[in-house]
Amino acid sequence: MSQVASMHGAVEPAESPLTPESWGKLGMWIFLAGDAVGFGTLLAGYGAMRATSADWPSPYEVLGINLTAAMTFLLICSSVTMVKALEWLGKGDKTRANRFLFFTALGGAIFVSLQAYEWTHLIHRGLHINGNPWGASLFGTSFFLVTGFHGLHVTGGVIYLLSIMRVVARRPSPAASYNAVEITGLYWHFVDLVWIMVFTFMYLL
Amino acid sequence: MATAEHKHPNYMAIFWYLAILTVIEIAVIYMPLAKFTIGVLLCALALGKAVLVAMYFMHLRFETRTLGMVAITPLVIATLLVFVLLPDGFAVMKRTTGAKAAATEPAKR
Repeated sequence: MSQVASMHGAVEPAESPLTPESWGKLGMWIFLAGDAVGFGTLLAGYGAMRATSADWPSPYEVLGINLTAAMTFLLICSSVTMVKALEWLGKGDKTRANRFLFFTALGGAIFVSLQAYEWTHLIHRGLHINGNPWGASLFGTSFFLVTGFHGLHVTGGVIYLLSIMRVVARRPSPAASYNAVEITGLYWHFVDLVWIMVFTFMYLL
Repeated sequence: MATAEHKHPNYMAIFWYLAILTVIEIAVIYMPLAKFTIGVLLCALALGKAVLVAMYFMHLRFETRTLGMVAITPLVIATLLVFVLLPDGFAVMKRTTGAKAAATEPAKR
């Protein structure tokens, strides 16, 4: 019996081979599926508006992708620190796990700061929610809506990570918080996954 | 410990795959290809990255079928959504290209 599997058993017992070992995990997956439909709708709406517009600007020429590429890289790195945190917790090291959780939250905070910087820069260049100098006014609307919705998710994720750090610190055994950290990881990786889509559809395409 | 090993794939390898795919994505938009080809390539690359994140970082590969079903649902809905939007898209596209042709025709004469 692996250490990890026995930990889960101690937290929430499985009911059948079909159900996951933790109801919290199933709950998070259902939430994420709903959230994915939300983002999917936004991106599909973006696609429909763009396809039917006669003067949609070319995003990567107008927005510039150097900073955003760096932000993408940063988010991928924060996903790695997240899995490292879970790995250390699995090995029973609370201090190292919390350190990596902090790095993950820091990555998210830097991401949001860079996004704020990018937005400020673009607003100064004339990209507004109701118009822009390059063409279709809906370009600005959809840009701020989609990247803003994702930015809110990252902000929420940073708060979530910081709260989970407290949980890890307070619970006496590392095994007791393993499940909670794994579920936090699911949310964080999902935010990374959504950014991969947003980066491709709103900046590169 | 065999199960634990199984539960932890080589995360650094996944990280490098993701980084390399991102670099390829950025390279693709500067390639002298048709816009349609670039679009298809970008969609494929993004989907590949998303699958890597879901399968390995979110451990979907090592989960029960129930979670797999939950995860696949938004993909099905998103695919249906595209078909829902297609008729509207084509209708407006026809109108805008018609308007554009009408606008440029007198200029040609």
